[in-house]
Amino acid sequence: MNAAPIITIRGLHRKFGDIEAVHDLNLEVARGEIFGLVGPDGAGKTTTLRITCGLMHATAGEVRVAGHDVRAEVGAVKDRIGYMAQKFGLYGDLTVGENLRFYADLFGIDKQQRDTLTPQLLEMTRMSPFVDRHAAKLSGGMKQKLALMCTLLHRPEVLFLDEPTNGVDPVSRRDFWAILYQLVHEGMTVFVTTAYLDEAERCDRVGLLHKGRLILLDSPARLKNSLPLACFEVRGDDLRSYREALRRAANVEDVELAGSSIHAFAPQGTEEAAIQAIVPGARVRRILPSLEDVFIATVRREENRAA
Amino acid sequence: MNPRRTLAIFRKELLHIVRDPLSLGMALALPMLLLILFGYALSLDVDRIPLLIWDQDKTPQSRALLDRFRGSRLFAVQGDIDSYRPAELGLDRGDVLAVLVVPIDFGHKLAAGQQTPVQMLLDGSDSNTASIALGYARAMVAGYSSEVRTEYQVRNGAGELKPPVDPQLRVMFNNELKSKNYIVPGLIAVILMMIGAMLTSLSIAREWENGTMEELLSTPVRPAELALGKLGAYFVLGFVDMVTAVLAGVFVFGVPLRGSLPLLFVSGFTFLFGALSWGLLLSAITRNQLLAFQMGLISSFLPSFLLSGFIYSIDNMPLLPQVISYVVPARYFVALLKGIFLKATGLQILWMELLFLATYAVIVFALLTRKLREKIA
Repeated sequence: MNAAPIITIRGLHRKFGDIEAVHDLNLEVARGEIFGLVGPDGAGKTTTLRITCGLMHATAGEVRVAGHDVRAEVGAVKDRIGYMAQKFGLYGDLTVGENLRFYADLFGIDKQQRDTLTPQLLEMTRMSPFVDRHAAKLSGGMKQKLALMCTLLHRPEVLFLDEPTNGVDPVSRRDFWAILYQLVHEGMTVFVTTAYLDEAERCDRVGLLHKGRLILLDSPARLKNSLPLACFEVRGDDLRSYREALRRAANVEDVELAGSSIHAFAPQGTEEAAIQAIVPGARVRRILPSLEDVFIATVRREENRAA
Repeated sequence: MNPRRTLAIFRKELLHIVRDPLSLGMALALPMLLLILFGYALSLDVDRIPLLIWDQDKTPQSRALLDRFRGSRLFAVQGDIDSYRPAELGLDRGDVLAVLVVPIDFGHKLAAGQQTPVQMLLDGSDSNTASIALGYARAMVAGYSSEVRTEYQVRNGAGELKPPVDPQLRVMFNNELKSKNYIVPGLIAVILMMIGAMLTSLSIAREWENGTMEELLSTPVRPAELALGKLGAYFVLGFVDMVTAVLAGVFVFGVPLRGSLPLLFVSGFTFLFGALSWGLLLSAITRNQLLAFQMGLISSFLPSFLLSGFIYSIDNMPLLPQVISYVVPARYFVALLKGIFLKATGLQILWMELLFLATYAVIVFALLTRKLREKIA
């Protein structure tokens, strides 16, 4: 791993008219890292990604990728990155092989290299049997893999993925991440945006974007421990009344429904017994908060502070 | 400029074209349809004018006059009548365009050396055709009239008196004065402009709508490479259309091609380059297939049909349309086509027109690459 960050974003602003989509974003991504930019829809994830790839101009701020300024040296940046848009544009009337060849030509990959790389990629993604199939006739997961192959043909140093597994079934998603791990193992850097927190858990480092501001930035493990609140899981038969009781309790800061249980957040040092006392009939257990808990609690706090 | 990237775009566009039978069919069938439609239907020649005849006189003299009408290909006598009723009916229904009435004392007066009228009733609702028909009728009556006078003079011993001025007319370039000879060459301009702008109008907008444009922007492909690759592919189609139109013009419609074939194709390519760039520019601006297609259709068809001199002479237009016509590229191409087809004029006369076409193509192409340089909004 190289000491110098491969992506540096400093003081990034982007306005659409009066709306500020990205506000004073500062971020560094190290070489060989999987970085996840997480946030609700409309938080500014795609905008940040597009600016970093040189597809969109920033209103203010500096972005450097692989040692080049994206504004001044966009050509050099494009040679070193792969970008996979949220809705990746594949040509439906071209076959898998033709799509690959097209992108290979655009990236100036010579024939010899293409002929060795294409089978490798097809092998890795297990797409070899479908090389003559029209892209329009592929399943969602296969389209995703083809799109990924197209962006990998020129062996980019950094791979930018915008919500790559949106609308892809869980099995294909797992396959997709397995490929990403392999690529990172080979030295690639991956910058991914996602709204799925289970995906965020797979990243080395995660940034939480909320209303254009980066409000959290750390590894998933440390983020989970960074919450200045203790998290309790409350289970039982009468979730509704438990929730009411917890909401009214003075020492509980926040209550969230989490599937068939309730997550209650109380200041650090609060004992299980104290929570049990509020809901005597329930099963209470102290748990390590999930990323989702951390994000929701952080967003909630951010909103309370703004209000 | 990287030839490989340009070629990659070119090859990909060709695959799109070949695999979309609907567009391909349109691109190849539309020129034929337009040629047939306009080449056959849009005849400005006025002949075989339907005519009714009422011969009240029935003398050798009246028959001699009427035989001139019966024998002419300019008039087609639909029948003889003996009252004004069928004449009115025929004109009202539009079955006939004119009615010729020879009065009862026609032969008698002529024999006596007196002046005698003949009556012609005309449907003037199509003023152009009516005035042409009127001209034909006048000329025919005048011809008969002078024959009668000469005969009279000879009979009275005055000898044959020739008219003092004898016009010697020679029609150059289109000596049969056939309207298809000048419509068909102009039609090639209209067809190429329409096809050019319509085919390409979808191309970039489709990339925006499908999300492939965003992907292309993230690759090293340059705007000029993208534009040239796409132009090249549609150029192939446009070339096929042009050859089809020229062949059909010469062999189906019998239009003489007297000038230089290389010059014809050089001007055709220049014009096509501009027309295709125009369609791509609309596509890049609107980023919407439907809108781009409609704009392409209107902006190509109307000006090249109305303001190119294809049918309507630009010199006869009011000042404003005349001024506008200077920015209609079809104007210059129509002039080139008519010059090459009918007059066999060469570059020494037509270089201005070719220069204008080239300038137009370069400007539109420059605007196109500038537009493609723009990022996602």
